[in-house]
Amino acid sequence: MLLEALRTDRGGQALLAVLAVAVVVVPVLNLAVPPDSPLYLSTYTVTLLGKYLTYALLAVAVDLVWGYLGILSLGHGAFFALGGYAMGMYLMRQIGERGVYGNAELPDFMVFLNWQELPWFWHGFDQLWFALLMVGLVPGLLAFVFGYLAFRSRVTGVYLSIITQALTYALMLAFYRNEMGFGGNNGLTDFKDLLGFSLQDDRTRVTLFVLSALALAGGYVACRAIVASRLGRLMIAIRDAEGRARFLGYRVEHVKLAVFTFSAVLAGVAGALYVPQVGIINPNEFSPLNSIEIVIWVAVGGRATLYGAAAGALLVNYAKTYFTGALPEVWLFALGGLFVLVTLLLPQGIAGLLRRRRPA
Amino acid sequence: MHPRSLFPRHRSPLDSRLIPTNGSGFLAIVAWAAFAVFLLSGSGPAAAEPGDADLSPLVETWRSGSFDEKASAASQFAATGHPRAAAILQSLLHGNLGFRKSDGRLTIAQEEADGLRLSDAWTGEDLGTVKMRGVSKITLNNSLRQQLRAALAGLNLGSPDPAVRLAAVHAMLGEPDPELVEVLRQKLGTESDAGVRDALATAVALANLTADAAEQRVASVNALAGSLEPPVRQGLSTLIGSEKDPRVLSAARKALRAIDGRIQFYGFVETLFFGLSLGSVLVLAAIGLAITFGVMGVINMAHGELIMLGAYTTYVVQTLMPGHIGASLFVAIPAAFLVSGLVGILIERGVIRFLYGRPLETLLATFGVSLVLQQAVRSIFSPLNRSVETPAWMSGSLEINSVLSLTLNRLYILLFCLLVFVLLALILKRTSLGLRVRAVAQNRPMARAMGVRAEWVDALTFGLGSGIAGIAGVALSQLTNVGPNLGQAYIVDSFMVVVFGGVGNLWGTLIGGLSLGVANKIMEPWAGAVLAKILILVFIIIFIQKRPRGLFPQRGRAAEG
Repeated sequence: MLLEALRTDRGGQALLAVLAVAVVVVPVLNLAVPPDSPLYLSTYTVTLLGKYLTYALLAVAVDLVWGYLGILSLGHGAFFALGGYAMGMYLMRQIGERGVYGNAELPDFMVFLNWQELPWFWHGFDQLWFALLMVGLVPGLLAFVFGYLAFRSRVTGVYLSIITQALTYALMLAFYRNEMGFGGNNGLTDFKDLLGFSLQDDRTRVTLFVLSALALAGGYVACRAIVASRLGRLMIAIRDAEGRARFLGYRVEHVKLAVFTFSAVLAGVAGALYVPQVGIINPNEFSPLNSIEIVIWVAVGGRATLYGAAAGALLVNYAKTYFTGALPEVWLFALGGLFVLVTLLLPQGIAGLLRRRRPA
Repeated sequence: MHPRSLFPRHRSPLDSRLIPTNGSGFLAIVAWAAFAVFLLSGSGPAAAEPGDADLSPLVETWRSGSFDEKASAASQFAATGHPRAAAILQSLLHGNLGFRKSDGRLTIAQEEADGLRLSDAWTGEDLGTVKMRGVSKITLNNSLRQQLRAALAGLNLGSPDPAVRLAAVHAMLGEPDPELVEVLRQKLGTESDAGVRDALATAVALANLTADAAEQRVASVNALAGSLEPPVRQGLSTLIGSEKDPRVLSAARKALRAIDGRIQFYGFVETLFFGLSLGSVLVLAAIGLAITFGVMGVINMAHGELIMLGAYTTYVVQTLMPGHIGASLFVAIPAAFLVSGLVGILIERGVIRFLYGRPLETLLATFGVSLVLQQAVRSIFSPLNRSVETPAWMSGSLEINSVLSLTLNRLYILLFCLLVFVLLALILKRTSLGLRVRAVAQNRPMARAMGVRAEWVDALTFGLGSGIAGIAGVALSQLTNVGPNLGQAYIVDSFMVVVFGGVGNLWGTLIGGLSLGVANKIMEPWAGAVLAKILILVFIIIFIQKRPRGLFPQRGRAAEG
């Protein structure tokens, strides 16, 4: 059934093909090619690409709920950041005695705040399996509780968008507080190694890149499988006529809740892969602006296509890196203009443009 | 850099005690002294000659007498009613009075960057500057200082200005010195101003708390019962600690309870005021949104940036009108309305009208607009914050009593918010534009059939909402710094207020905003500012679940997708 779903999905095939090539070529270009060769891919670029891939996974997660279920979440950045924090806590515990204060038990910022013992919610994060569990569990649980409340009382449309924004905003304010125990303003940073492999090592970086690519491929295939299934058709029905789907006897809330939670877990996984690559996680990741940016990646790529969302994330972020480096003044003009033009002229995004070009 | 300034200037140990090393503190004292001179030397500086026969022994005592002799000389001098007495004693108290070493003249020395600026003590005539050590200052000790303060207070009690007298009485509250209390008691008989008399009575009663007769103590406790002055509360607490007589004790306990009750009450009033003030800011920020989002169903994420434009307009108007800060504010209000309103109409015509009925797309497109506006402001005005000056009549605070004072700018903004609300409500209810706006909001095709130009009304409504955002920007510029991120800080809050109050309902916005502000401030003392805000957000998220259409749901053009 999965193969059936992918057979008709040209864009998905292209995406998976690109990922497969990247998983082979990027490590070779970075590790096997000598640094003075013109073909050499610097570790910086590898990490940058890895970061884009985690963004792409996040965009796919947003597209699943926005494109197919009509839930415009302006708070998916929160799930991403929570996954990231879970990973960051594991990396923080791995620093151990190599911190500035040399405390084996407490991370630096806790020593700095004069805390005597580890808060209860930091226990267990010295184990990778536990941290990975939390990467999925924490965003999933939050999405479940939030979604349970929201969908049960049939909060829809803009109202839902606005309260998801409030959610991430509230979390941002909370994580900025030192008392929360997540490093306040500075967040978690200064990571040393993962499972004993130094994060500065080229091979670790390449491995993380490959993992990101695999996660994106896996996430994509999972989402594709969902939308191609009966559940997927029900999702589209709910998106297009929620009331009618409900009258036909479908439990709309259950569908929404399940898909929303799954999407949040996916976002959490993306965040967990993002943190070791960029080396920092701070409360700014919760800012409402970030969440809205994710939505624009999806809109630019073309919503309700999944592969379009991934492509949009890669393209917009590449443009962002380019503009903020070369013409920092212009970036916000470009991004803002992109928002307006895409919504006005390209409601189907780039994917829609390509589809139109193709002779039907 | 001048080499000398690298090292601490030499001061005698006495000086360093007298002159606060912190520059602004010293300046404040100088300013105070200068003010006192100005206030009390009205009759002209030349009234007394340096050689006045009856004053030369005084000067001699100050030059070489003991501290006690200096003190009694000072008291006698104060009693002469000499026109320069207050200024001279003030300088003496602050250690600025001394003899010029070159000729032994009595001078007032004020410290300057590299030396002392001297003026003649008797005439105030400027004598130029001398080196730090060109003056031998009159030395003081603590008991002398205390007596000087008492003498000065006595002088100020005789001032013709009731405000000066009142300040003098307040300064003496809780003063244990019996001589001073006697002065106060005498003044109580002759005082004409009611406010000063009350203060005097409080001061006398406070002093009588230590009287020998128990009846007298009870009487003074009862007289003090309603007073909110901090020394009164302190005095009563001390009395309760040491009092033996049960009648006095119970009266004092009762009085203290009454005082604490009143302090608590005024504390609550103060919290309420801060809450209403915060609420009024929220309402101002949200009320424009209540029109564009509530009445038109358009989600305008650029609303915050329209507020920011209003604030920047205030800044520009103020720079164009230097020296007329107060007037510039009144120019800025219509200017900000026009600027933000026009930009709003431009956004409506250029972007939003193509997206009616697609609220999620509108949200994204207007968010794009907001980024462009932010960056435009950043490019034009620099990313740094600009500060807008507050006119004099808006700064300072309104002192209701010694525990409650209301900051004037917040008070004005609260009033301004209500004014804007009333005007807006009138426009929507009483004008033909308002009628059309409501008609189009309720039933667009029907309104068109009746000949209302719906497109035109859309643009004007959006312009009106945006213009109000601009006015909110003027108000906000008086509270915070004006920067490119100003709008972002308010956009989430504004949406919360509108959604909480009920979309499409102006009253809902007003009540929603004010109550959220008050709730926030009530929670702040025990939860902290950030946590209070988080709790409010969580509350709204849960509230929306229960009442998805807000406090006051109303029908309008559907805002759902």
